[in-house]
Amino acid sequence: MTTEHAQNVELTPSEYIAHHLSFNAQGVNGNTASEGFWVLHYDTLLTSVVLGLLVMGLIWWVARGATAGVPTKRQAFVELVFGFVDDQVKNIFHGDRHSFIAPTALTVFIWVLAMNSMDFLPVDWVASIVSFFGGEHAKWRIVPTSDINTTFALALAVWFLMIFFSIKAKGLGGWIHELFCAPFGSNPLVWPANFLFNLIEYVSKPLSHSLRLFGNMYAGEIIFLLLGMWAATGLSGTVFGAILGAGWSIFHILIVALQAFIFMMLTVVYLAMAHESH
Amino acid sequence: MNINFTLIAQAIAFAVLIWFTVKFVWPPLLTAIEARQKEIADGLAAAQEGKSALEVAAKKSETTLNEAKQKATEIIGQAEKRAAQIIDEAKGNAKAEGDRIIAGAKAEIDQEVNRAKEGLRAQVSTLAVAGAEKILRKEIDAKAHSEMLAKLAAEL
Repeated sequence: MTTEHAQNVELTPSEYIAHHLSFNAQGVNGNTASEGFWVLHYDTLLTSVVLGLLVMGLIWWVARGATAGVPTKRQAFVELVFGFVDDQVKNIFHGDRHSFIAPTALTVFIWVLAMNSMDFLPVDWVASIVSFFGGEHAKWRIVPTSDINTTFALALAVWFLMIFFSIKAKGLGGWIHELFCAPFGSNPLVWPANFLFNLIEYVSKPLSHSLRLFGNMYAGEIIFLLLGMWAATGLSGTVFGAILGAGWSIFHILIVALQAFIFMMLTVVYLAMAHESH
Repeated sequence: MNINFTLIAQAIAFAVLIWFTVKFVWPPLLTAIEARQKEIADGLAAAQEGKSALEVAAKKSETTLNEAKQKATEIIGQAEKRAAQIIDEAKGNAKAEGDRIIAGAKAEIDQEVNRAKEGLRAQVSTLAVAGAEKILRKEIDAKAHSEMLAKLAAEL
């Protein structure tokens, strides 16, 4: 699946990998540099938005024509996904899940699954197509979740939702009270310890949430690239690399689905925890 | 691994997708699924109800059948009794009729016998007078002797 790159044998391995791992980054806000904060990764953004519209649009299209009678196979499939997500949320969150948390979980699961699935596209096919349209030096990273910006954006959004729901459920005073009085008790002597504890928790949640997904996807992509380099060593290497690539792809199906599931579960767990008071 | 404006753009995209799902995707699916769940539950309940109604009906039909059988047996018994009664009645009637006919015939026979006796009596007196006249032609006064003979005949 990575044989297309065989013609570019003049590339050194590090150049090959660096090419595949660089973003289509362009400055915004009048900024012409491709570094710093005011830069947009067009590949990440466009791929994820198109995928999001595609998958959620598909589900919306089915949901719009959903009947309570005998469902079509299409509707049955969507309902299967719906029921799967709904069951998971039901087990964790015991409130009105239908108004926000369950639909959010569905969005996260489907969207992250779709973005992760871009890892199955042969890396060099993507590179070939992009260079066909955009020239030899055009860059396009097809897996949005191997961009730390995507995973961190999702994790931060969940983080803000978590704080929002926490304040909504307990009130601003209750939330601040909890920051200082949980988990060790309300004695003023342990306030600093409590606050430090909560601070670490609030920092570690979005970090572990986003870095877990990013790390898995980034590592998966790099392994595909390393396997792709076998194609530069000749025919036997190409065959060997293809077999290994197929094996890694099959194993990667598990990782892609599992990471999407874990990301969804953590989202639900964090939002559910925000509703509980200590 | 550089954090940049993409982070904010992705967060906005995420927010829009969540809003879209909350608003347009989740509710119709939930409505459809819950409506179907209710329909299935109702259907199961109706089936249960129908089952119990069927049981009741089966029991009722059994009772009715038994009642009908009993009644039929009763009716047949009554009919048999009535038939025997009718036969007995007919027998009695026939016997009475026969007796009546026999009695009539006997009376008629008696009458005939009497009539024949009467005739014979009349003829006997005549024959006796004729015989006596022939035997006692001369000395017998026909007039005086016929009176005596008539008396004799009456004694017969």
